[in-house]
Amino acid sequence: MTSITTEEPNVTSPKASRGRGWWRRNWVSLAFLAPGIIWLLAIVVYPTIATIRFSFFDESATKFVGLHNYASVFSTDEILTAFKNNIIWVLVFPFFVTFIGLMVAVLTERIRWATAFKAIIVMPIVFSTTASALVWRTIFDLDPHIGVVNAIEQTVSDWFSAPGAYPLNSSTGETVASLATFNAKGGPGGTLVSSSAVQPGGTVMMGLTRISSVTLQTLGAKTPVAPHEMAAGIAGLVWNDFSTSQPSNTTSIVSDEHGLPNLRLSLVSSKGSSVASTVTDASGDFSFSHVAPGSYHVQILASNFQIAFVGTFWLGSPSLTPVSSLNQTAQSLLSVPLIDLAMIISYIWIWAGFAMVLIGAGLAALNREVLEAAEIDGANEWQTLRRVTIPMLAPVLTVVFVTMVINVLKVFDIILNMAPGSSQGPATTLALTIYNDGFTGGIHSGLASAVAVILFLLVVPAMLWNLKKIKG
Amino acid sequence: MSQVPSVRERRTVGLLKRLRLSRAVVNVILGLVAVFWLVPTISLLVISLRPESLFGESGWWTVFTAPSQLTWGNYTTIFSQGFAAGGVLDSLTTSLEITIPVTILVALISSLAAYSLVFGSWRGRDWIFLVIVGLMVVPLQVALIPVVQLYREMGNLFGLNPYGTIPGVIIFHVAFGLPFGIFLMRNFLTGIPKDLLEAGRIEGAGEWKIFYSIVLPLALPAIASLAIFQFIWVWNDLLVALVFLGGNVHTPLTIFLYDQTRSLAANYWIVSTGAVVSIFVPLIVFFSFQRYFVRGVLAGAVK
Repeated sequence: MTSITTEEPNVTSPKASRGRGWWRRNWVSLAFLAPGIIWLLAIVVYPTIATIRFSFFDESATKFVGLHNYASVFSTDEILTAFKNNIIWVLVFPFFVTFIGLMVAVLTERIRWATAFKAIIVMPIVFSTTASALVWRTIFDLDPHIGVVNAIEQTVSDWFSAPGAYPLNSSTGETVASLATFNAKGGPGGTLVSSSAVQPGGTVMMGLTRISSVTLQTLGAKTPVAPHEMAAGIAGLVWNDFSTSQPSNTTSIVSDEHGLPNLRLSLVSSKGSSVASTVTDASGDFSFSHVAPGSYHVQILASNFQIAFVGTFWLGSPSLTPVSSLNQTAQSLLSVPLIDLAMIISYIWIWAGFAMVLIGAGLAALNREVLEAAEIDGANEWQTLRRVTIPMLAPVLTVVFVTMVINVLKVFDIILNMAPGSSQGPATTLALTIYNDGFTGGIHSGLASAVAVILFLLVVPAMLWNLKKIKG
Repeated sequence: MSQVPSVRERRTVGLLKRLRLSRAVVNVILGLVAVFWLVPTISLLVISLRPESLFGESGWWTVFTAPSQLTWGNYTTIFSQGFAAGGVLDSLTTSLEITIPVTILVALISSLAAYSLVFGSWRGRDWIFLVIVGLMVVPLQVALIPVVQLYREMGNLFGLNPYGTIPGVIIFHVAFGLPFGIFLMRNFLTGIPKDLLEAGRIEGAGEWKIFYSIVLPLALPAIASLAIFQFIWVWNDLLVALVFLGGNVHTPLTIFLYDQTRSLAANYWIVSTGAVVSIFVPLIVFFSFQRYFVRGVLAGAVK
């Protein structure tokens, strides 16, 4: 400003400065600004106003329909789901990303390899959300040969209960007890127990049924052989007591029947305690040797029927429902789809570096003397963090939080790329509905514009906050 | 701090004193965090380097016990298509054709506008600046439909319809890059002493001369931050490209990847290899200009 007044020292009032002289002095400056202003007016300001106008017109933007589109927004299931998901995102994501950013930023100050660590955390920001979403889509894949998460779940699950050779799908209503046909009955905890007692030197035969031929084939099951008595021991056979040639014969072995291999058995004394255990061979035979005199039952362990691990369908339909006693509408409103959580975790991976960088810069600018004073006063680390550092960082934390709220209101790419086609409906957000309603299958402006205006209105508070911060 | 701590607080304090975070513990915690953060990137790299047939048969992590699985096969396959439309290299070129002009235009137009807003002498500059800052948070979804129609009108009026063309994407990206660009550049330029410009004027230099020979060189760090930020932003965009280039023969890498995802299981080898190609360019930019990028992130906090 001073520069111009030295050239034109006679300027007294702004009004007098208008006119030819004003133009002559300012046209270069205005010409510098012009490209930016014209661009913004044409591609940002005008379209925003046009969208507001479109939101009051029908799909082809020809007929005025008043608030009809806005009414549709709140009665269209797809858009209500989008609202719900946006709310989940806004409630969960900004908090966690700020929290993790804070923790990591505070801890990073104490390691020597801080530069490398920061680079690792920040790196995902420069990846496209499209690429990141694809990576995370495989990480959460249902198949434990593809998805790391399910592979870990499987390992842990097998650790506690290894799948049996004869998995029984309890969801179809089949019970272990229903498999018993000959000299067997349901025992405690999903086991099968021989009906008749046996003494050392005796034999046990147990017949089961409804074992699939595929299972028998993969296990290499052979023709059953009747057990031979053994001194001071108990021999026995477990076989699939179902013959295609003699279907009604359920009491003896038929040549086209099969023994049941790899069954885990235990010998239970009359007091109910297990005294020995063994596994059946390829023809279904087993034996317990050196058995003390007494009366025994043979038990087929429940683990034989343990179903194989079924992965968590992270990217599919399951959802977390907090209270099961509520009615269905309330449940569907309160349930959180697993896929939302999977996507939020992925999004945190992308954005935590952003939070860390900002909060780290805030930390570096903190007054060290205050922190040291707190330490000298005997405050421990936790107290210093909670009572001194966090309050002093409050402005930065708010910036991170608000930025992430704005970001997540517009969340789009990650859903489009991470949710498989069938899950995109339940995982949709406002930004995705704008794209789907407005652009897939021709351009329809009405409803999409109304959603866009609502999205805009949701962002306005953040905009005003920004302006206030910059002005003040 | 002088208050008497409550029983609960004292107990927590006691616990924390015993668990006092030693340097070793911090190193272990952050080490685990770093591993967690690296896993996705490593998995992508490994999947792209394993044969197509192994995907779904065994986990990518088995490579650590059987490194012989690694092969360049996927890369030779996708690069053997050359620059034919629909291939990875064609998409890479298209991404560059969009990103480079946008970056240059945003940097140039923002610098000019910021210069005007900082060193101009007309009134109302602060108000214009505030409006521009306000535009920073406008979701670009709000502008999509009218801009598509605006492009069609341009086609009707001048016979040049940018819809479905690379310039159409560029025009849109520049517009939405400007508010942040002007914001960042103005904040930087306000720190340049006006006396420097004065010296130029005394020597009789015009505004344009002062702009490019005095202000621009001083503003280079800010321009670098802006350019890197803008480059990565546009490089990674999917939505704008989908709307304006969706059905085009030449599409950027993000659309290339998106198109493959519809049958992910069948195409995963292309997707992972393409994704590695797509993150390669921003990674180079990031590691070469990390300092400027971080500055851009810091300045862009409000975007």
